Amino acid sequence: MTAPFFFWFFATLVVLGAVGVVAMRQPVHSALCLLLSFLGVAALFVTLSAEFLAAVQILVYAGGIMVLFLFTIMLVNLRRTAGEPYVHRQAGAALLVAFLLLAVVGGVVVGSSRAGDLADGGRLADASKLSTTTITRTITQTVDGKKVRTPVTEVVAGNSQAVAWGLYRDYLLPFEVASVFLLVAMIGAVVLGKRTMERVD
Amino acid sequence: MITVTHYVALSFLLFTIGVTGVLVRRNLLTVLMSIELILNAANLNLIAFSRQLGDLNGQLFAVFVITLAAGEAAIGLAIIISMYRLKGSVNLDDVAELKG
Repeated sequence: MTAPFFFWFFATLVVLGAVGVVAMRQPVHSALCLLLSFLGVAALFVTLSAEFLAAVQILVYAGGIMVLFLFTIMLVNLRRTAGEPYVHRQAGAALLVAFLLLAVVGGVVVGSSRAGDLADGGRLADASKLSTTTITRTITQTVDGKKVRTPVTEVVAGNSQAVAWGLYRDYLLPFEVASVFLLVAMIGAVVLGKRTMERVD
Repeated sequence: MITVTHYVALSFLLFTIGVTGVLVRRNLLTVLMSIELILNAANLNLIAFSRQLGDLNGQLFAVFVITLAAGEAAIGLAIIISMYRLKGSVNLDDVAELKG
């Protein structure tokens, strides 16, 4: 069972970071608050026994995306806009909308929990299914000059292995589509970021 | 005892803060950061239910969400840079060409 202390500690960290992103005037401060929030979410992933995703969260978000943000903040000169108001004119109305959203969906979340709609009262189940996976593979042996195929079922341990088997066996096509998506995003970013479109004759 | 409701409530709070950032801020960079917060909230929700139900599929979906977030950040920041070259500003109020 998850120690409650870790949940409350990292939940506070996540919320403080998120509020900082919205409230800070300078984009650099927002980016640093965002980093705090990302690290808190990664720690919460560990408490939910998603160790592989916690590592991916730190590598991709806190490593890759954060560097992209910081480089962009560096490239666009923001000193020029420092004196202007940094929230929208209709910020009051936007806050009202956000509060209504919080009230309505928060009411549903808490209400469904109180009404006992969640399986097993929302208790966190045994995490062993998340850290082991059962695989079947065929072993080919040569016995007396003939090839004999025997299916072998085995249990592999570890969250990374479980995620890997899921990705490469059950979700192979979406995985490949995601790689094509990343290629398209990369080419698009390069083309958009080029200073001039030089014509090649 | 910490139940899945705690995680879902936290994820929803994170989502609301992200929506507030998208609505309130004028700086395009901060708006993009708020969108990252929203995607993080979705991931937290997926992984919390994956843990509660003992089902790995939630974690696998979260992998794809992280992939999408990375692509979205790269394209979004490239758009911000080209917009800065065009307008000399990253303020949302300065891009109102489509306003009727």
